[in-house]
Amino acid sequence: MNEFLSYTVIGIFTGAAYAIAASGLVLTYSTTRVFNIAHGAIGMFFTFVYWDFSQRQGLPAWLSLVLVLGICAPLTGVLLQRFVTRGLGTAPVGVSLVVTVALLVAMIGIATQIWKPEARAIPEFFPDKRFDVWGIVITPQHIITLVLSLLVAGGLYVLLARTRVGTAMRASVDNAELLGLYGGRAEVVSALAWAVGTSLAALGGILLAPQIGMDFYLLTLIVISAYAAAMLGKLTSLPMTYVGAMALGLASSYVVGYLDKFPGAENLTGLPPVVPTIFLFAILVLLPQAPLRIGQVKGLVSAPVPSPTKTGVWGIGLIGFVVLLVSGMADSTLLNVGTAIAYGILMLSLVLLTGYGGFVSLAQFAFAGVGAVIYSQVEQPNLFGLAVAIIGTGLVGAIVAIPVLRLTGLYLALATLAFGQLMDKLIFTSAWAFEFNNPLKAERLSVLGYKFESLTSTVIMMAVFFVLVAFVIIAIRRGRLGRILIAMRDSQAACGTLGLDMRWFRVGVFAGSASIAGLAGALLISMRMSITANDFLYFNSLLLLLMAGVWGLTSITGAALGGVFMMYLPVAQGENPDIAGLLFVLLAVGAIILGRNPNGLAYYLFQLPRWIQGSLFPALAEKYPGMALRAQEYGFGRRDDDDYDDGDHNDGDPGGDPGAGPLAEEVDTHAVAAR
Amino acid sequence: MPLLHVDDVVVQFGGVTAVNHANFEVEQGSITGLIGPNGAGKTTTFNVVTGLQTPTSGRVVFDDKDITRMPVHRRSRRGIGRTFQRLEAFGSLTVAENVRTAFDIHDGFAGLFRSVQNDVDDLLDLVGIANHADDRADSIPTGTARLLELARALACDPKLLLLDEPSSGLDESETEAFGELLQQLANEGRTILMVEHDMDLVMNVCDTIHVLDFGSVIADGTPAQVRANPVVQKAYLGYSDDGPAGDDTAVLPLVNEEVVL
Amino acid sequence: MSVPILDIIDLHAAYGRIEVLRGVNLTVPKGAVVALLGPNGAGKSTLLKVISGQMQQTSGDIHLAGIHVTGAKPDDLARLGLTTIPEGRSVFPNLTVEENLLLMSYAGVAPEAVFDTAYSYFPRLHERRFQLAGTMSGGEQQMLAMARALASDPALLLLDELSMGLAPLIVDELYETVAKIAETGVSILVVEQFARTALRVSDYAAVMTGGTVVATGEPDEINAIMADVILGGAA
Repeated sequence: MNEFLSYTVIGIFTGAAYAIAASGLVLTYSTTRVFNIAHGAIGMFFTFVYWDFSQRQGLPAWLSLVLVLGICAPLTGVLLQRFVTRGLGTAPVGVSLVVTVALLVAMIGIATQIWKPEARAIPEFFPDKRFDVWGIVITPQHIITLVLSLLVAGGLYVLLARTRVGTAMRASVDNAELLGLYGGRAEVVSALAWAVGTSLAALGGILLAPQIGMDFYLLTLIVISAYAAAMLGKLTSLPMTYVGAMALGLASSYVVGYLDKFPGAENLTGLPPVVPTIFLFAILVLLPQAPLRIGQVKGLVSAPVPSPTKTGVWGIGLIGFVVLLVSGMADSTLLNVGTAIAYGILMLSLVLLTGYGGFVSLAQFAFAGVGAVIYSQVEQPNLFGLAVAIIGTGLVGAIVAIPVLRLTGLYLALATLAFGQLMDKLIFTSAWAFEFNNPLKAERLSVLGYKFESLTSTVIMMAVFFVLVAFVIIAIRRGRLGRILIAMRDSQAACGTLGLDMRWFRVGVFAGSASIAGLAGALLISMRMSITANDFLYFNSLLLLLMAGVWGLTSITGAALGGVFMMYLPVAQGENPDIAGLLFVLLAVGAIILGRNPNGLAYYLFQLPRWIQGSLFPALAEKYPGMALRAQEYGFGRRDDDDYDDGDHNDGDPGGDPGAGPLAEEVDTHAVAAR
Repeated sequence: MPLLHVDDVVVQFGGVTAVNHANFEVEQGSITGLIGPNGAGKTTTFNVVTGLQTPTSGRVVFDDKDITRMPVHRRSRRGIGRTFQRLEAFGSLTVAENVRTAFDIHDGFAGLFRSVQNDVDDLLDLVGIANHADDRADSIPTGTARLLELARALACDPKLLLLDEPSSGLDESETEAFGELLQQLANEGRTILMVEHDMDLVMNVCDTIHVLDFGSVIADGTPAQVRANPVVQKAYLGYSDDGPAGDDTAVLPLVNEEVVL
Repeated sequence: MSVPILDIIDLHAAYGRIEVLRGVNLTVPKGAVVALLGPNGAGKSTLLKVISGQMQQTSGDIHLAGIHVTGAKPDDLARLGLTTIPEGRSVFPNLTVEENLLLMSYAGVAPEAVFDTAYSYFPRLHERRFQLAGTMSGGEQQMLAMARALASDPALLLLDELSMGLAPLIVDELYETVAKIAETGVSILVVEQFARTALRVSDYAAVMTGGTVVATGEPDEINAIMADVILGGAA
């Protein structure tokens, strides 16, 4: 009985810390409608700041707390609201997810840049004191945590219910526009919410750090607990969030305490850390269906879809390029090229899912891992084994999507995050998959009797697969499926009234995307012949999404470039460990800047010829008469056979290139002048 | 036997009643108008019929079958098509692709073995927007987008077509042509229920009109009957000059408001 | 004649490519009540959105009390004495009556003064002060909205479809309040679909169709043509 009480007490204290972190998340979401994936990472960052003040610089704990919670965190919150997340509340879910994931990665990048990995610890408050209550040991840290969580609850109550600005916070959830008509400043209200939310994230991290440890990634993952708790209150109710946090704290504590009492527990050593994840998944599944939204005509500007001929020429060109590239290349470099291609295929899975379908997955690497495990376990290193891996991963994808098929956008993304986390911590570490840190082995692929023994031939074979997948995706985009996907992204209500059962369609698309990811994983393991769970860390899925955000989610070119840079990122970090963190930050900043236009840098690449012809040539022609005519001769003046569904219709796209319309007109006048 | 029967439907949003025991029928092959002042609950009623809104109580019977709890897409399969007051065209697709997508969805797997290009062209010709076929749907004027939504709905070959303010955005001659189109569709055997504010159009083409006010049907009849009805005049123009004391006002519910979705 | 409180010159506005206002010209003299009438989709609400700063015009000018305002934000305009009561529910449904009133003090009036004004005009709001606004009847919600017009002492009041979804008896009460506000010298632009109701309290009236003002005049003149405009002229 005493044991039970002890676990209960620990559970309540853990729950109290979760509640603090979760209430910050609820506050920012409910006032600005931005779901902050980076909440945990922000908490992690300020926990390190607190460590720096209190341990490295030796300031007193209370002063450090005041500096972090009273100055650094709120100030950062205001700056984030002002420069990063402003206006995201009304943006498509995909965009706000890319931006907040970028924020998460940036926080980790900055933290690892400033504080090089080394053993660190934040001691508990008053570590020497212990209280014994009826045989249960209670520490001052526990009491402080509990008291602070009550203070936070009380403080938030006073702020929201008893002050004008707090009332305005709640009002801005209902109707920010109306608040403006009342004379209230929605921006000030949002900034305050972010200031308080950031402070609460920091406090949650600092309180949990002695228990969790000063680990960049583990502290970041507090966010899962915060999501799970907040989700019980549907992201808006603070009391329900506290209930959720307490339930979660108790559940985690009991699992840790009693797991070894159950038979077969040795297979479930990974269970305790994923209790919040399972909790989150369960709540997502039980959430009621979100109603369809009816709005206005929306359209996104997309990258041009190449014609079949052009696709063919480019595809063969790409294979040819890879053949030339890899001849006589050293094995280590070859491995990098092969990895880039596998990542490129992984990016293609996002083109289908996110670029065309508008859904966000935060678990593509987990699906790749599933593909690799299946390919390895089937032990048929041929097309059959590959097919089993592809279909098997597709089925797993469907299983993930089915429970949440009634939900949309944000919830689907969170479910994938929970799934990625589960795979990472529970499945990939279990005996039948990778075991802990043991490499998984597989053989090279053989196709129709031809065995790809050499690394060179394997890499070329992978390039062929990339091109084939790209063909399939372009065929989908040009065909019925692609049109329906885009129609669904533009208006779900209309699709429903035209007779589309979107639930199963959504599952199908999700499974298809997972299959492609599974193929990428299987190809990766067949090339490397040995792979570890570390190759499929959930964190990589986040980086992949950012790469996609930077290079573009709507084109094959974007996917290829994204794959190359996805491979190059860890290589560059390995070669320049001094700036490893900065590279994360660079990627994140790129994604924040470009994330609002889903076409990414690839889009600007496509615009380049038109810019040259529309702006540069006329300018040159003015200086050097006669130049314009030559431009015509070189064929720049004619549009090729691409379906440019871009350009002058970008009303619906906040990130669209406003210059495209005038540019196109300039082209026409210029063409007349040249004649 | 009526094709559609809206039977005592109530829709409440929180404490607010948007549709209050609405009762009306739509006869097979008719053009029926659903009119009423702003906030009377017309669009909410449409949402109930098409399944985008679950009623608090009441039934919707279509083609002899109770469809009150049926999901949106299955109602479409049974033959209910609609257009939207706030446009829901697929903005990233061209006008022709919008219609083609409707065929894609409607035909399912069967569509793989059938070319729909001619059907698409025919529909665009029918509603008169063939000249916009290759324009993106987010770049066309409202009136054209409404006609596009009509063409898209027709691709699913509906028995009952619900049109939500189809003529707003059309000019006079376009509206006239649109009225003729509606009559042509009705002659082909389609049943049309429309919410419309252009009274000239309603009075000209509708066989029957139901007038909705405060979520309830306050009058039914032919255009001439409805126009002559003093209750309707009052609903539209506010108080007549004889003052507020009429008995009929007392029965009107006080709590009424449409919540915009 | 003194400077008009609101002067709109050749105003154009569009949602994306769809032009909704096509050259609107409208003047509200200081201290006058102007009714803006017209069928659905004529652009009346859009016009109010542009005046209140919620939407940007594509071209044209708006002068408030002789000052050219372009690109001013709604909250700035609200603090400078432009009170806008938008269409539909213009209260916060998940806040109590008293919390709604508290927020009205952002217009630059002390909260106590807001409470006093609101409760003295509408004693019913005092009875319900701890009730969530969304659970009150539509008429009571509209009273709460009107309390802002009364308490914030505006230079110009914009009212959009005060009567939407309300029973005539309630509408009449609300318009009595509008008349009272007008008596204190506040200039009012009122958008209304119930022509006769609005015309009773107004000094001038304008009719909009198709994004432009097609007729202006005294209430009696406009009243004579409204039935044709709204219910259709074809007999």
